[in-house]
Amino acid sequence: MPDIRPILTLSEKKLLSLELQANEIRKDILKMLTEAGSGHSAGPLGMADIFTALYFHILHHDPNKPLWDDRDRLFLSNGHIVPVRYATMAHAGYFDKSELMTLRKLGSHLQGHPEITHLKGLENTSGPLGDGAPQSVGTAYIGKKENKPWHVFCAMSDGELEAGIVWEAAMFAGKYKLHNLTWIIDRNNIQIDGFTEDIMPLEPIKDKFEAFGFEVIEVDGHNIDRFVDACREAQAIWERPVVIIAHTIPGKGVDFMEFDYKWHGAPPGKGPEDTFKKADQLNEALKDLRTLGGKIKSEHE
Amino acid sequence: MPNKDIKLNRDWKKQDALKALPTRDGFGEGLIEAGKRDGNVYAICADLTESTRVDGFKKAFPDRFVQMGVAEQAMAAIGAGMCLAGKTVFIASYACFSPGRNWEQIRTTGCLQKTNLKIVGAHAGVSVGPDGATHQMLEDIALMRVLPEMTVLVPCDSIEAKKATILAAEIDGPVYIRLAREKSPVYTTEATPLELGKAQIFREGSDVALIGCGPLVYQCLLAAEMLAEEGISACVVNNVSVKPMDEKTIIEVAKKCGAIVTIEEAQAVAGMGSAVCELLAEEYPVPISRMGMQDRFGESGEPDELLEHFKLTAPHIVLVAKKILKKKSIK
Ligand SMILES: Cc1ncc(C[n+]2csc(CCOP(=O)(O)OP(=O)(O)O)c2C)c(N)n1
Ligand SMILES: [Mg+2]
Repeated sequence: MPDIRPILTLSEKKLLSLELQANEIRKDILKMLTEAGSGHSAGPLGMADIFTALYFHILHHDPNKPLWDDRDRLFLSNGHIVPVRYATMAHAGYFDKSELMTLRKLGSHLQGHPEITHLKGLENTSGPLGDGAPQSVGTAYIGKKENKPWHVFCAMSDGELEAGIVWEAAMFAGKYKLHNLTWIIDRNNIQIDGFTEDIMPLEPIKDKFEAFGFEVIEVDGHNIDRFVDACREAQAIWERPVVIIAHTIPGKGVDFMEFDYKWHGAPPGKGPEDTFKKADQLNEALKDLRTLGGKIKSEHE
Repeated sequence: MPNKDIKLNRDWKKQDALKALPTRDGFGEGLIEAGKRDGNVYAICADLTESTRVDGFKKAFPDRFVQMGVAEQAMAAIGAGMCLAGKTVFIASYACFSPGRNWEQIRTTGCLQKTNLKIVGAHAGVSVGPDGATHQMLEDIALMRVLPEMTVLVPCDSIEAKKATILAAEIDGPVYIRLAREKSPVYTTEATPLELGKAQIFREGSDVALIGCGPLVYQCLLAAEMLAEEGISACVVNNVSVKPMDEKTIIEVAKKCGAIVTIEEAQAVAGMGSAVCELLAEEYPVPISRMGMQDRFGESGEPDELLEHFKLTAPHIVLVAKKILKKKSIK
């Protein structure tokens, strides 16, 4: 059995700093998407708290040594939310924040969908939904077999659960009892054509995963404290793979984007105009985040 | 000079005067028309209803539209099952995922069984732009044309895409239609002919033949104009029916011009240009240059910028055409 590298509990002070950090990351997501002129808003904003928790508290990693052998592996299966990963990586020190403004441009390390041959620190290339989860399983299988100290995480989406390959991989993970594997599902209830339960009902997700041999933990994906606890619990579960169903709000932090599937694939400045004109969308969104920052501070006082 | 029988838009040369529409728009219109003509036409989409332009059909025939969610493999096989029950079924997604992800289902349930499965691959080529390589399908022509029973159509503008869609519904057996995301000039007209297994000579010429498919055929026309200014007479062929290919026309232009440039927004290996090479190597060998992606993936960037970056625009066609002319004289 390998040494477990524990995930620490969160102090009140660290929690406040993570919440503020997530808010800053959201601002960068909006700015980089606006500069790119295309890309996805809803998913990245919805996963900002979780990515902040992962990079600033949960993962054992080293931004100066992205290929460190013993790093924890964070796979991303729903590649379209990669702006949240890029922004978080920049904040963590993987590369200069100024590079965020090259997103989706010719010659950039920050491809529209993540590519490991363009940027060190990613674990997999993704965009075509469903391909990341099985790769995380393959890596975890080897990690378990060779008693590696690292843990394998994979962030994925709910719409992606419609792809059969995800369940083929789940069956495998169940068969080999990959306790070193934790899937994190962005349960935001939207996909491109509408709400998941209208497009292709996914529920009961929990029962489905349990039937495939997973331990299921459900959390509020915007409660960093609870999410860290869930990861600690996942690490402690020794006989099964774990899936954390993170209930998130698509577009979280920006009032006029929240819960609206029309913001799945639009950046500020190109989104639906039911609330704000295109030209005002970035500023209005940043305004919301400034207000949110104030709220976070006062809550902790 | 443009071929009069082809009835291109009179303003074909003036790009600014032409409408610019993506070929997927023409598909959307053609699908509605096909649905009107035949009550057995169904459409299935995998969570991309608007961007593949199936939304018009969905509105017009809600009970013949089926939503799959993100499940392209099942979409092909379920679609084939509906074909076995007597329907003509269009399955639409981005080309990367269909036919990219579901090739075996298309092979077995579409081709081997010879069902009326019509595969519509949108967002093909590097002109998809900023989404990057994961979404820029470059291997679909190769994947589809290698399949027995499969028909492969690569329309050059949105009007031709509409006709190709209506034609696909009438063909007995599986069909692949390749579509682009980006707007491109609409320069054919309702009167421009489209026939299965026919290539169209858009412009007569005798020194070199530029054979293209998809929106890049327009770049061939522009290149032919540039070549004309230098006294080189270029023939332009719209090779829309990649399979079955119009062998007679291709051999004729090879005989007449003695040198060929092919161009497609796809891997230069195994695509339309390769089909031309296979034919002419056996029937009438002439020097050929295949333009396209040279054994590499695309990357993020603006569509026009990428076409330039990967040397798929008219000025690059001119350069390649002049080079091939030199090979011709050596021979
Ligand atoms: C195999 C595949 N099919 C289709 C797509 C196109 N696509 C990109 S995102 C998406 C919606 C999926 O839903 P989800 O990931 O839950 O979206 P979000 O919650 O981030 O808006 C689709 C269909 C894709 N990327 N991959
Ligand atoms: Mg979702």
